[in-house]
Amino acid sequence: MNILIVGVGGQGTLLSSRVLGKYASLTGKECKLSEVHGMAQRGGSVVTHVRMADKVYAPIITMGEVDVLIAFEELEALRWKHYLKEDGHLVVNSQKIFPMPVIMGLEKYPEDVEEQCKSVKNCHFVNAVKLAEEVGSAKATNIVMLGAVCALCNMDKEIFAQSVTACVPAKFLELNQKAFSAGYDSVK
Amino acid sequence: MKKLMLTNQAIAQGAYEAGVKVLSAYPGTPSTEIAENAAKYPELYAEWAPNEKVALEVAFGSCVAGVRSMACMKHVGLNVAADPLFTGAYTGVNAGLVIVVADDPGMHSSQNEQDSRFYARSAHVPMLEPSDSQEAKEFVKLGYELSEKYDTPVLLRTTTRIAHSQSVVSCEDRVELENKAYVKDMRKYAMMPANARPRHVVVENRENALKSDLKTLNGVNKVEILGKELGVVCSGAVYQYVKEVLPNASVFKVGMVYPLDIEAIREFSKNVDELLVVEELEPFFENQLKANGITCHGKDLFSLQGEITAETIKEKLFKTAMPVPASAPVRPPVMCAGCPHRGVFYVLNKLKCIVTGDIGCYTLGASAPLSAVDTVLCMGASIGMAHGFSLANPEYAKKTVAVIGDSTFLHSGITGLINCVYNKDTNTVMILDNSTTGMTGHQEHPATGKTLKGEDTVSVDLVELCKACGVKRVSVVDSYYIGEVERVIKEELNAPEVSVIIARKPCELLKKGAKPVAEIDNCKGCKACMKLGCPALVAGADGKVSIDSTLCVGCMLCAKVCKFNSIKLVK
Ligand SMILES: Cc1ncc(C[n+]2csc(CCOP(=O)(O)OP(=O)(O)O)c2C)c(N)n1
Repeated sequence: MNILIVGVGGQGTLLSSRVLGKYASLTGKECKLSEVHGMAQRGGSVVTHVRMADKVYAPIITMGEVDVLIAFEELEALRWKHYLKEDGHLVVNSQKIFPMPVIMGLEKYPEDVEEQCKSVKNCHFVNAVKLAEEVGSAKATNIVMLGAVCALCNMDKEIFAQSVTACVPAKFLELNQKAFSAGYDSVK
Repeated sequence: MKKLMLTNQAIAQGAYEAGVKVLSAYPGTPSTEIAENAAKYPELYAEWAPNEKVALEVAFGSCVAGVRSMACMKHVGLNVAADPLFTGAYTGVNAGLVIVVADDPGMHSSQNEQDSRFYARSAHVPMLEPSDSQEAKEFVKLGYELSEKYDTPVLLRTTTRIAHSQSVVSCEDRVELENKAYVKDMRKYAMMPANARPRHVVVENRENALKSDLKTLNGVNKVEILGKELGVVCSGAVYQYVKEVLPNASVFKVGMVYPLDIEAIREFSKNVDELLVVEELEPFFENQLKANGITCHGKDLFSLQGEITAETIKEKLFKTAMPVPASAPVRPPVMCAGCPHRGVFYVLNKLKCIVTGDIGCYTLGASAPLSAVDTVLCMGASIGMAHGFSLANPEYAKKTVAVIGDSTFLHSGITGLINCVYNKDTNTVMILDNSTTGMTGHQEHPATGKTLKGEDTVSVDLVELCKACGVKRVSVVDSYYIGEVERVIKEELNAPEVSVIIARKPCELLKKGAKPVAEIDNCKGCKACMKLGCPALVAGADGKVSIDSTLCVGCMLCAKVCKFNSIKLVK
């Protein structure tokens, strides 16, 4: 299984990949992760690759071979959706963050992002920020997204929840557990 | 115990297991996490040095004194540390020394994509290159064995894709080593012509010995004979892509990048109809093979630039058409909302200064709309270049400002400043002191008062330091008070001697807890605030600006430039 997590630097994509890495090890799969540190973390476009299978070679996913694309931002979904397999899942957090060229009025944020995303056969928008705020804090947006991914891709809920528990700080455990369920239930 | 580990963490684990006692490093993507992880082992002393040259000298000192040591840096850091590297190849070691150098093909976070393998060759130092986290750990340990057996420093090379990928590592126990006895030996350790000449002979003999032992080094290079049609020579991350895209090809996986086992590759090539070298950046393997009469393909197919990925191999070998991306506006990195650097560049842009810039978060002052930076070369270059501008045209001294970060100033800006004073320049230097090494993820440095291990320590006083360099005009301003920043810059540009302005305010990301938010009431749409390039300010279709409350941290810089007093703090 190949999962690509995309978003804007600072949105907490690294935690999501850590949870997925845990999920892989709990399900007995070999796993490789590839992340971005450094420059792009300053508000740039960031991407994390997660691969789990019996044998994994490359730490990054080849274009056209992504099973699940988790997009924390709509424009980033658009930027990366060509990485998806024909029947891959696109799970998008309904949130728009304007990049500097748009803020400055040099370029336009495409108005039809949603339509373009929906040209993907399995496309799901999740109002993850709102769901996270409802359970306590927008900080848990990433875990809401993972809950939705778990449900949409028929991953093992029990093991997934365990992976979340193992990766989040103890004092935010309850918040994140609620966030996970909220994401899961929102698409079930 | 098996664990999913970042390769940089696995390198730290390898150092721990190998009994390393001293690690010195300067941060640099993608190498930074090695030292950060090493610092977590109580048995291993790890420190931030002010620059890579010092880090390597420290590691040399410790290894000569008898303990296994490590120095870590990014590729351009090895340029800074090249001086001790080349002569350290002559002295050799006592206990083992491994130098980790992390290359960045594709320039994810760098100002160039030089190929460090050439350092191994020109300094005559062996170099290993792993393909995943587990192998990185094993190569660290092998590196120490080779270092001690052949009495040489050993380079370990990674690239961004290896350094920043995670895979499973099996952890083992640490070997606790007795310190080796230090015996004074000037002919070995005190390099001056009479001693260095015989040491150069040693270097050559050592390399020849290692070359003839290569075939006995089991498992460093791996040969996988599969199909007969194609044989691929590759290393590092590229090996993984080759396995992915060419599952039937025979592969010679190079683990020892230098010296290259040319004879083994010649043997390998006899098993296959065609030999292909797939390597990122320079034709390092290819040229050596060709020079030794081995026919192969390589850079006739692949570029010297950027990364090679599975897609590249598919495109070049099978002409596979890749899916076309949707058109989407780019999302370049930006200064964070609340970044103390922003206001300084706003003023420099307004004053139309020539800004010789430097490397750090503040390099983003070159991006629109601030667009305030003229040059970026390498760490520390801002001050030297400003002096060069003054020399070329004395008029430039009245409008040139060298802008440098606190960590970068301590890394290699001080010598440039001394040069300005010594050679009677009249220019202006600004140190943007945000109390951290921001760009690489907030590391401590000699002016933060904390060590890598988190202990309290002396903090270098930048004001006193500049004064001690001979600068009489040193002023300190608060980066958020842009009116004052502007006044001081104007004043210092006109001063008939070198001046230093320290613009001080801690990095916004260091502040924890709830932050205030600004709000715009009755925006007139003049867009004066949009010149700040703040990601929290968004111009709507109606031309009016609003504030994104999820990003705003209430720095109120926008309020200071608003002509209509429309921006207020809400909470
Ligand atoms: C020789 C060299 N070593 C390391 C780096 C990596 N690097 C880029 S910027 C930077 C430090 C920036 O810190 P500072 O000057 O304090 O500026 P800030 O990012 O905090 O604004 C480092 C270590 C580099 N580019 N070149």
